[in-house]
Amino acid sequence: MEEKRHYFDVVVIGSGLAGLRASIEAVKVGSVAVLTKLYPTRSHSTAAQGGIGAALGNEEPDDPAWHTFDTVKGSDYLGDQDAIELMCYEAIPTVIELEHMGVPFSRTPEGKIAQRRFGGHTKHFGAEPVRRACYSADRTGHAVLFALFEQANRLGVRFFEECQVLDIVIEDNKVQGIIALELKSGILHIFEAKAVVVAVGGFGRLFKVTSNALASTGECLSMLFEQGVPLEDMEFFQFHPTGIYGLGILITEGARGEGGILINGLGERFMEKYAPTLKDLAPRDVVARAMLQEIREGRGINGKDYVYLDLRHIPREIIEKRLPEISSFCKIYLGIDPAEAPIPVAPTAHYAMGGIPTDIHGRVRADIGETFIEGLYSAGECACVSVHGANRLGCNSLLDTLVFGRQAGKHIVQNFKDLTKGSVPRARIERVKDMIKDFINRKGKERLSNLREELQEVMTTYCSVFRDEEGLKRAIESIRDLRERFKYISLRDSSLIFNQELLNAFELYHMFNLAEVIAQSALMRTESRGAHYRVDFPSRDDEAWLKHTFAFKRGEEIVFKYRPVMITKFTPQERKF
Amino acid sequence: MEEKVYIFRIKRFNPQSGPESYFQDFEIVLSEYERVLDGLLKIQSELDPSLAFRRSCAHGICGSCAMRINKKNRLACQTLVKELPKVITIEPLPGLPVIKDLVVDMDPFFEKIAEVMPYLINRDPPPERERLQRPEDQEKILEAITCILCGCCTTSCPVYQQSKDYIGPSALLRAYRFIFDTRDQAGKERLERITSKIGLFHCHSALKCLNACPKGIDLPAHIFKLKKLALKTAIRRKD
Repeated sequence: MEEKRHYFDVVVIGSGLAGLRASIEAVKVGSVAVLTKLYPTRSHSTAAQGGIGAALGNEEPDDPAWHTFDTVKGSDYLGDQDAIELMCYEAIPTVIELEHMGVPFSRTPEGKIAQRRFGGHTKHFGAEPVRRACYSADRTGHAVLFALFEQANRLGVRFFEECQVLDIVIEDNKVQGIIALELKSGILHIFEAKAVVVAVGGFGRLFKVTSNALASTGECLSMLFEQGVPLEDMEFFQFHPTGIYGLGILITEGARGEGGILINGLGERFMEKYAPTLKDLAPRDVVARAMLQEIREGRGINGKDYVYLDLRHIPREIIEKRLPEISSFCKIYLGIDPAEAPIPVAPTAHYAMGGIPTDIHGRVRADIGETFIEGLYSAGECACVSVHGANRLGCNSLLDTLVFGRQAGKHIVQNFKDLTKGSVPRARIERVKDMIKDFINRKGKERLSNLREELQEVMTTYCSVFRDEEGLKRAIESIRDLRERFKYISLRDSSLIFNQELLNAFELYHMFNLAEVIAQSALMRTESRGAHYRVDFPSRDDEAWLKHTFAFKRGEEIVFKYRPVMITKFTPQERKF
Repeated sequence: MEEKVYIFRIKRFNPQSGPESYFQDFEIVLSEYERVLDGLLKIQSELDPSLAFRRSCAHGICGSCAMRINKKNRLACQTLVKELPKVITIEPLPGLPVIKDLVVDMDPFFEKIAEVMPYLINRDPPPERERLQRPEDQEKILEAITCILCGCCTTSCPVYQQSKDYIGPSALLRAYRFIFDTRDQAGKERLERITSKIGLFHCHSALKCLNACPKGIDLPAHIFKLKKLALKTAIRRKD
C-alpha cells in the first residue's frame, strides 16, 4: 500500500458545522487540514432544516436567560448549566457572525434575521412559545454549511475529501495524529499534528429508521472508546417526532413552529392532553412518546403505526416560502401536497445527546475528573459537553456545533505554543494495514448487509423510545452474538479504490461498540429521564441518577463511572409543559 | 404495497480489472415507493458488493448521488422507480473522468466553482448586529442559494461537453449567488472572472440545464440575468 505523510498543526476530522467552525478559528494560528469521508458540502449538517436558536429578539422580546432556562428544563436537568449558559449567551454573537460570513438568513420586513417558534423555546421561563429560531427557509443547515465551507476555503484551510479515517492515534495520553484511506486512490495518508478535532457528527444509522445520512455511522467515537476514552450519556438518543412514515426523512419541527398540528386516527389534536401549555411545541421526547402512546392505544391513523402532521390550515404562501424543502419531500416521496393533505409521520432516530465527553473548551476528558487527552478536541453531535443532557431542544444542535466548534478552535489558538507535535508510530500504521488485509481476506459465510440490518433491527426493537430490562438484556446478547458472527463475514471486493464493501465492514465493526455502549448505559440507568424512558422505572430519580454516565472499555468489558451534573441557577423540578 | 421486477442496466468500470467499461444487468424487486438509490443499495448488499456509487443523505439535499438515469442526469435518491420503465439504464455523469462504476472525479467540476471566488466578500468593518437585507433583495438569490453542487447541470451542458475549459452553468450560478447578494462587494471582480476565458458568453442557451437541476433551479434565467448585467457593465465602461 502506498503511503503519504503530512504534517499540519491542526487536523479536523469532519467537515460539518462543528469541524468547519473549529477550522476557521484554528487557521488563524497555524496550518489546518480538514478530512471528510464525503465532500465537505455533503456533510449531514446540510440536512438540518429548522433553525438556530438565539435570543436576538428580532420578532418579539427575548432573553438569553430564558433560552438558558428552556435548555436546562428541556434537558430534564441533566445538562451542565455552566455550559448551557455559555452556549445561550454566545448564541447571539454566533448568529450575527454567521450573517457577516454570508449566511442567507430569511428576513423580517425591515431586513433583520427572521425568527420562528420551535419546540420547548419559551418566553418568561416557560410561559408561552417564543420566536427564537433563526432560519433560512427550511434549509438552514445547508445555508450555514455552505457559508462556513466558503469562508474556510478563503482562509486557506486545506481539505482532504473522501478520506476515511481508520485510526486516531493516541499514545502516552496525547493525540499523535490520524491514519486515513483516500477512497479514490487507495493511498494511506498519515497525518501528524499538534491537535486533532473530532467533529464527526452522529450515528443514527445504528437504527432501522433514521433521519440521518448513510454516512452517519460513528466509527470515530468507537476508535477513541477502544483506546480507553470514555463515552458519556450514550443512553440518551433522540427520536424526532416527525419523520416521514416508513422513510424516516425529517419534517422539521419548524412545520409545527409555523402552526402545524399533530392529529390521531380520531382526528383529535392529542398533544393538548399531554402538554396543555406548549401542545405540539413541547420538547421532542414528550411529543415522540405521546405519539407512540396514541398508536399503542389504537389511535394511529386507521389503527396503524403513524399519525398525521396537519399543515392544511396554514396559508399556502407560508408553506411555499418557509417550508419549501419539506413540501418538495412530500411531493417527491409521498405524492402529496402538504397544503392539501396531511403528512403521515412517525418518530425517527435523529440525534445522539451523548458522545465524547468534553469540557467547555472542547477538550476531551480522559476520565470523570478534570483530566484530558493532550491535544484532543471534540465538538458537535459526536461530543457531549453536555448542553443537551437527556433531551436536546430543536435549534440547539446547530448552535452547539457553532459555539463549541469555535470554543475548541479558540482554545487551540490560545494554547498553541504549549501543544507539542505528534508522531505516529510505525506499529500503528502496520496495524491499520493488517486490519485492511484481514477484512479483505475474510471469506466466511456471513453477509455483511444481513448483520448490519439485524443490528439495526435489534436497536430499533429494544433501544428506541420505550425500553425495559428484559429487552435491553436481550439487545446486549444479540449485539454480542452479531459481533461474533462478524468474524465470519465474506468480502468480495479486494480492490482498494472506492471499496465501499471494505468501508461498510469497517463501519459495522465499530457500530457494534456504540450499540453495546448504548444498550448497557440504558440498562444501568434505572430511571426515566428525557429521551431515556424505562417502562419498568417510569419516574425520574434525582437522588440516584442526577449524574452523567461515563462508559469505559476495559478489556472485553464495559465499566461505568458517574460524574455529577453542574447545577448553577436552576434546581431540578418536575417538567410540565 | 405493490412490488415489481426491475432490470438495472449499470455501466461498470473498474480500473484494476481493465480499461474497458461495459454494461451489466441486475434483476431486483422493488416496491412502488422505492428509489433508484434503494435499488443500487440492494444490488450492493445482495448481488454485487463491489458496485461503487456515491450516496449519503438519501433525500436530495447532499448532492452525492447524481448520475445518468435513462439518459437524464438525476439524483438516484430522488428518482422513484415507479416513474421509470422496467429497464433502467444507469451511467456515471457524462464528461467527467470515471474513477469506478458510477463514481466520477468531481475535481474538474469543483475547480470551476473555485474560479468565481465563491465566498461573500464585504470589506467594511462588520457592524455590531446583522447587515440588513430587505426580503425583496433576498428574493433575487433565493433560488440560487438552494444549489447543492451535484453537477447535474454542468455535465448536461453541450458547451461543457465540447470544451472542458468552459466554466459551466453551476459555477455561473455560484457567481450569481454572490453578485446579486446585496451584502457582497466583489461583483465586478467576479464578473471579470466569469467573462474572461471560456466563460459566460460561451453559453449559447442550449437550455439543456433548464430541466437538469434536481432542485428545480431555473439556470438559464439566472445566466440570462448575468449576461444582462455583464453587458450593462461593459457599456457603462465604454461610456
